[in-house]
Amino acid sequence: MKVAIVGLGSVGRGVAEMIAKKSLGLTVTGIADSTSGIINAGGIDLHDVLDVKHKTGSCGDKKISANEVIKKADYDALVEVTPTNATTGEPGLSYIKMAIGRKKHVVTSNKGPIALAYRDLKKRAEKNGVVLRHEATVGGAIPIFHMIEHGLAGNEILAIFGVLNGTCNFILTRMSDEGLTYEQALLEARQMGYAEADPTYDVQGIDAAIKLVILANTIWGNGVTLNDVNRTGIDLLTPDALRLAEDEGSTIRLIAEAIPKKGLLRVSPRIIEKSHPLVVEGTLNAITLETDMAKEITLIGRGAGSIETASAIIGDLLFIRDRYVERA
Amino acid sequence: MKLEMKDAPGQLVAALKPISEVGGNIIAVIHQRDPGSDDDTLSVQIVLELQKGRLGDLVTLLKKQGVHIQRIGEERLLYRRTVILIGHLMHTDLSDTVDRIDSTGFAEVSELSMSMPAINERSSSRLTIKSVTKDDMEMAISILRSVASEKGLLLIEPLEEIV
Ligand SMILES: NC(=O)c1ccc[n+]([C@@H]2O[C@H](COP(=O)([O-])OP(=O)(O)OC[C@H]3O[C@@H](n4cnc5c(N)ncnc54)[C@H](OP(=O)(O)O)[C@@H]3O)[C@@H](O)[C@H]2O)c1
Repeated sequence: MKVAIVGLGSVGRGVAEMIAKKSLGLTVTGIADSTSGIINAGGIDLHDVLDVKHKTGSCGDKKISANEVIKKADYDALVEVTPTNATTGEPGLSYIKMAIGRKKHVVTSNKGPIALAYRDLKKRAEKNGVVLRHEATVGGAIPIFHMIEHGLAGNEILAIFGVLNGTCNFILTRMSDEGLTYEQALLEARQMGYAEADPTYDVQGIDAAIKLVILANTIWGNGVTLNDVNRTGIDLLTPDALRLAEDEGSTIRLIAEAIPKKGLLRVSPRIIEKSHPLVVEGTLNAITLETDMAKEITLIGRGAGSIETASAIIGDLLFIRDRYVERA
Repeated sequence: MKLEMKDAPGQLVAALKPISEVGGNIIAVIHQRDPGSDDDTLSVQIVLELQKGRLGDLVTLLKKQGVHIQRIGEERLLYRRTVILIGHLMHTDLSDTVDRIDSTGFAEVSELSMSMPAINERSSSRLTIKSVTKDDMEMAISILRSVASEKGLLLIEPLEEIV
């Protein structure tokens, strides 16, 4: 199957490296970053491109734009891995529409377009006889959507509880284990490269809320948006509060929670028993689903990382290949 | 409570029906034949939650159905939930915050632990709330939520899964 990759940052590189390293039967025919692009119907030498990108900062020809790669390259599926913009969804939103318009399958890790326009994008894809998959948008390497769609097929999902932001979980783990203040733990997260210079998006629960919106829309198709999420961050927590929770065998974690029957969509720090499966260490993510037949099921895994996120994208690509491309 | 009834089809149903009629919620039904007796009476133990003041009605209804009540063990304040409050707790009158729960009559703050940070820093406290029914607990928590938002306090609730 032929693949085009738009965005060659942490995730894009991870995908390119794994396609180059493993024999997955995937050929890359187009690549673009923010300033350049390459098109080669015969298959791009990924080692060369990664090398050039590393040395020059651009992956290819400055005269070829991402738009051109998406419109002109010969591919079956587009891997859309540009930065998340939660307000406009751009540039990913336009890129995804463009590829679907050409009747190409799309796999993305970009939360912006999925949180803002999932229903519309899905409808467009259906109309054009292609699929849009976004396993990597929630929980990094955790195959949550595959599990719901296949392993839990026929189940009614009654509720979701998730630890969906690794930065917050790292900060809370450090506050709890070492008695650090919020500021000290945040500083440590920055030094480890887990937190951005501006941590607002993570620590105020916005990132977790976006992922909750994506989960809710994918599972229930209920069209909820970021504004529907009742959200409290972790930036006002005190070490004393964590100690008070520990005295009772509990701790505090940022939990994203959706219970449609109660109309509940909330991200907030919660007291939770230490033995609860959602209490994971460091930057790990965890998701518990409550369903009618299977009852509770929890998945734990790495919520971010170049290769970890590539794992989810490659899972989607191979699913599309087996189900739609090589059959046709 | 422990009920005694005729071991005839329909008897157990007859005993359970009044419970829902008075708005009670059945938590468990345990029935066993008394090994000592060879007659046709059946002993049933029913654990239920009931709004305060409805027990008298239930007893009357059960008697009308011909059900004999052996024993009623009443336990008040079945539900227990722990929350943490963070903020300027003293400046915002912690005893008033506690009182807003206690004064409801259906829930009470049974334990309170508090950290004492430096002056002018936000303090943290852990409150354990008890109530008779689950609905009362929900009500108490929602009162606490509005008090917290009114006083600018951060309320941390426990995770209650199981939908
Ligand atoms: N990193 C993770 O672990 C992770 C996990 C799950 C999901 N995600 C999501 O995956 C996406 C990619 O993340 P990342 O960490 O790889 O980001 P990143 O390192 O910032 O890389 C973004 C890439 O997109 C390119 N780009 C920016 N604007 C573009 C445009 N207008 N047209 C074409 N390409 C453009 C950048 O080009 P230049 O190289 O020229 O700057 C860069 O190569 C994001 O939406 C993120 O939220 C990331």
